[in-house]
Amino acid sequence: MTLEVDVLEVLEKDARMPVDEIAKMVGVTAEEVENLIRRLEEEGVIQKYKTIIDWEKVGREYVYALIEISINLTEDEGYDGVAKRIAEYPEVRSVRLVSGTYDLLVVVREKTLKDVAYFVADKIATIRGVRQTVTHFSLKMYKEEGEILYQRDEGGRLAVSL
Amino acid sequence: MKPISKRMEAIPASGIRKFFDLILSTPDVISLGVGEPDFVTPWHIREAGISALEHGHTSYTSNWGLIELRELISASLRCDCGVDYDPHGQILVTSGVSEALDIALRVLVDPGDEVIVIEPSYVSYKPCVRFAEGVSVVVPTKSSNEFKPVVDDIRKRITDKTKVLILSYPNNPTGAVLTRKELEEIADLVNEYDLYVISDEIYSKLTYNGEHTCFSSLNGMKERTILLNGFSKAYAMTGWRIGYAAGSREVIEAMMKVHQYTMLCAPIQSQLAACEALRNGDKSCREMVEEYNRRRRLMVAGLEEAGLECFNPRGAFYAFPSIKSSGLSSTEFAERLLEEKKVAVVPGNVFGACGEGFVRCSYAVSIKDLVEALERIKEFMEELDG
Repeated sequence: MTLEVDVLEVLEKDARMPVDEIAKMVGVTAEEVENLIRRLEEEGVIQKYKTIIDWEKVGREYVYALIEISINLTEDEGYDGVAKRIAEYPEVRSVRLVSGTYDLLVVVREKTLKDVAYFVADKIATIRGVRQTVTHFSLKMYKEEGEILYQRDEGGRLAVSL
Repeated sequence: MKPISKRMEAIPASGIRKFFDLILSTPDVISLGVGEPDFVTPWHIREAGISALEHGHTSYTSNWGLIELRELISASLRCDCGVDYDPHGQILVTSGVSEALDIALRVLVDPGDEVIVIEPSYVSYKPCVRFAEGVSVVVPTKSSNEFKPVVDDIRKRITDKTKVLILSYPNNPTGAVLTRKELEEIADLVNEYDLYVISDEIYSKLTYNGEHTCFSSLNGMKERTILLNGFSKAYAMTGWRIGYAAGSREVIEAMMKVHQYTMLCAPIQSQLAACEALRNGDKSCREMVEEYNRRRRLMVAGLEEAGLECFNPRGAFYAFPSIKSSGLSSTEFAERLLEEKKVAVVPGNVFGACGEGFVRCSYAVSIKDLVEALERIKEFMEELDG
């Protein structure tokens, strides 16, 4: 494994891991790690450091919806055009072109159910090229960005064994 | 009432029990005293176990173990170690390496036979030799020699009665690993004195610099070696109690006899889960090893920063630092560290007299706990100085 991959894997698991600790873990100096991270940031390999938040715990309710979008391809616009138009909305959390019975899978986050409904009706359905939308409201989130969100009871390893 | 057997009386009560009870009863301990992975068995392997139950696999299996599993073990030994073992007669599936070790000794050792144990070592070897009515002969090793045995030190202790040499690399508790060349020198000695080798390679997948060398892959050693390995460490499956022994037909057949009258077979669910581990577990194993490797470096750097000189472990998931700079004995160090900083480590003398002056620190703990524990050890050392 290259140093680069090693450092990225550490950061992917914990973006706040101090440089000193990373340096010890991968076996180089803190300065080397710092320089490497700076380069990876500049090159856009590291896009951003964000936080996974359980908003429900502070009483903020969000409504998430997964929207399947089917597109009529026209001569002057492919999937990219529609996808980028949708991606520009801040309410939209993710946009993917997918294989299967529809074309784009979009995740939207809003404050209320009504907000999502209006957003789909007013903003998405009206985009030229959008033929059909199917909206699924998210009821419960179990895992996000590779992180389990529910409490789990995982074994009881004894505090000491030989 | 008549007393229990003299054989058992000769096994000293474990002095460490009291200290362990103290660890278990102290709340909020960060424990570096654990001899098993902190990972839960990878989900795909757990699912294979669940599926085994769902499909009603609740019976005995062949005493040898499922042929499906023995074939997979045979293939993995061929691929990883370059040794050919016939799944029919040269591989026995056991309830962990612990069982395999016990029955291997029972099969090889007659009363009074001598078994060479290289220390510091895992705690089961000497008692199991005793159960077989053999005599353990200890070869101590030194930190300055990376806890590797000196061949002449072994030679000096060989007598007419010496029958077996126990090797366990990567080593618990030191993390020592022997190179192919060093193992070959031992192999020459084994040939010269016509010995058997029980090679406990349970930590083989947890080798950090370079490849693991399987002892039975060395020239002429397959017939002399009883290779013990399992799934506990590589696939985080300690509680499944599943391992195996591989060796010559004669020895494995004899081990099978003990096994069939005592254990009968390893649990079938564990055997089926082990099949899944061998078929599809490479990726999960590799990911865990990469994570251990990072923690290993973090551990060694942290111990050195705290002023504890530490031999750089090359395998397993333990560091075995010298605590001489503390001026304390291993037991005092461990007891005071637990009491004053709520960090648990295992005193090195538990693993043999030459382990005095060292403690075993396991890095099979989360990075978060590891960082915190190292910080506390550093504080502990600073307060000792002040």
